[in-house]
Amino acid sequence: MWCPGCGNGIVLGAMLRAFEELEYELHNTVVVTGIGCWGKADDYLLTNALHTTHGRALAFATGIKAANPRLHVVVLMGDGDGITIGGNHFIHAARRNMDLTAIVVNNYNYGMTGGQCSGTTPADSYTSTTLYGNPERELDICRLAEVAGANYVARGTVYHGWELQQLIKEALNKKGFALVEAVSPCPTHFGSHNGMREPVEMLNHLKEKAVTMDAYRQLKEPERDGYFVIGKLAERDAPDFSTNYERMRGRIAGARKEGEPA
Amino acid sequence: MQREVKLVQGNQAIAEGAVYAGARYYAGYPITPSSEIAELCSVLMPQLGGVYMQMEDEIASIAAVIGASLAGVKSFTATSGPGFSLMQENLGLAVLGEVPCVIINVQRCGPSTGLATKPAQSDVMQARWGRHGDQAIIALSPATVKECFDLTVTAFNFAEKFRVPVVLLADEIVGHMRENFTYPAPGELQVVERKKPTVTPDRYKPFEPAEDGIAPLAAFGSQYVFHITSSMHGTDGYSNNDPGNAAWRVAQLHQKIDRYRSEIVLTKTFNAEDADVLLIAYGATTRAARAAALTARRGGIRAGVLQLLTIWPFPDEIVAVLGGQASTVVVPEMNFSGQVAGEVQRVLGPGADIRRVNRYNGQVITPQDILRAIQGR
Repeated sequence: MWCPGCGNGIVLGAMLRAFEELEYELHNTVVVTGIGCWGKADDYLLTNALHTTHGRALAFATGIKAANPRLHVVVLMGDGDGITIGGNHFIHAARRNMDLTAIVVNNYNYGMTGGQCSGTTPADSYTSTTLYGNPERELDICRLAEVAGANYVARGTVYHGWELQQLIKEALNKKGFALVEAVSPCPTHFGSHNGMREPVEMLNHLKEKAVTMDAYRQLKEPERDGYFVIGKLAERDAPDFSTNYERMRGRIAGARKEGEPA
Repeated sequence: MQREVKLVQGNQAIAEGAVYAGARYYAGYPITPSSEIAELCSVLMPQLGGVYMQMEDEIASIAAVIGASLAGVKSFTATSGPGFSLMQENLGLAVLGEVPCVIINVQRCGPSTGLATKPAQSDVMQARWGRHGDQAIIALSPATVKECFDLTVTAFNFAEKFRVPVVLLADEIVGHMRENFTYPAPGELQVVERKKPTVTPDRYKPFEPAEDGIAPLAAFGSQYVFHITSSMHGTDGYSNNDPGNAAWRVAQLHQKIDRYRSEIVLTKTFNAEDADVLLIAYGATTRAARAAALTARRGGIRAGVLQLLTIWPFPDEIVAVLGGQASTVVVPEMNFSGQVAGEVQRVLGPGADIRRVNRYNGQVITPQDILRAIQGR
């Protein structure tokens, strides 16, 4: 159901290969999806799946994980879904440090509805609702996740498929909120509005503009403009929500045993 | 054994009724006049091995409730009108995905922020029609602290049995009033568990109705692997855009409730059998209606009360029978537009003598207000 040149299939393949390497089983894995092109990925999956409403996938996933912390819960969202309409849930899922893996495919626009601008559409670029150039600034998904408290933050691209798979695998292995942003081409809409009508042009763009942190640091302003960093961007080991909640239950039980108020 | 009578608040009875029904997951967002339910759940849930979560908004609250329910845990939330509005989109998912869950709406006076601490009964139609798309849910309404407890248990039972969201339409009066209440012993009230699949995992289809019209629901993490989706889907839970399938799905959501109407529709009557003047009331207003009917009887008017414990599906049959026997029907309710009175009119027809008593300023309807309508003044 995805257009020629779309990167969603590459992200899906990377995720499924990571599942396989980690020996995830169908019955103890739940993939929660939002609305959008990437949000339709559940129709390709044999695991448990919950296809939700626009922007709310993380909130549904929060309930699933809190009710059964033994499940692997993976949340698939686009840039419009995950951090534009769903920005509030994104912040708070990271703040709570829910043990979820969020895979956000960022194609810089709303592909499903015809290529309108999203919260990650770069300033001055063109979409079907910013034909004069985007007057707004873009949001950095990874920096948002980091300041909101995520335990793991990484960015990859679909040009760097093998590396993307490794990042997803690391994220899945990480306890607490883990985010992988997968930058991905939308030649049908974003590319055609921004001088990259052919899929290969968009892949070449990712090849050229996605650099390691070291390479990025060596770039000087204004040459940095348009370049972005890929790889692991943040990692910490704060206890996740369910671990903290279980500790609280233990304190309550201990206090009740001793006849004291919790 | 002498059972202890306690002075209990309505909101407290709702929270404890949910626990009695087996609820072990609560997600909500603070809002007057429902917040006592959240506060009590934050204490009770972790003691019982359950989870309380204060979410970032009501959209997330109902989403988390639906997620937890799909993980096999009875789940609920509590809110008031503004939060109820925010929940509507995801409630639609619970309808189409057939996910059991309970939503407490302790109604307050609107529109918008309105009179945040004052009572109303103005979300009756929001409960029925608040979501886009054509669908059906169940709504119940308590008038006493005991009914707050009992109907919360019933709400969970209906949700679990029929795989449907159930709304408890309480109001600020019943939510905050305190009455003597004797807690039922474990086992005293029936508690229903959702029907689990019995087929082998490879044959399980989450939307294939059994002979009783309801599809069994597995839990995420069990041996059954399944898909639930907000998109139109076939019995296997995968997207399906076939018009015939869509027609079947939409009809099935209505028909499963229609089929069990007689079980779902709960009412009480007070001197209604011979009533010449029938008061049809629900929620806190029932109390004023009962007082008014007794006073009218003492004055020689054969007045009685039909209390609607179930509001949706609307109790057409009993309203037609008792309303048809009476020469006058009075419908008191705390809203301007007569949200239930309109339904009564639909059932009894345009020629019926239906008198509306409405208050929509945050003040309660008094027995005197109703008596004036009975006496035609």
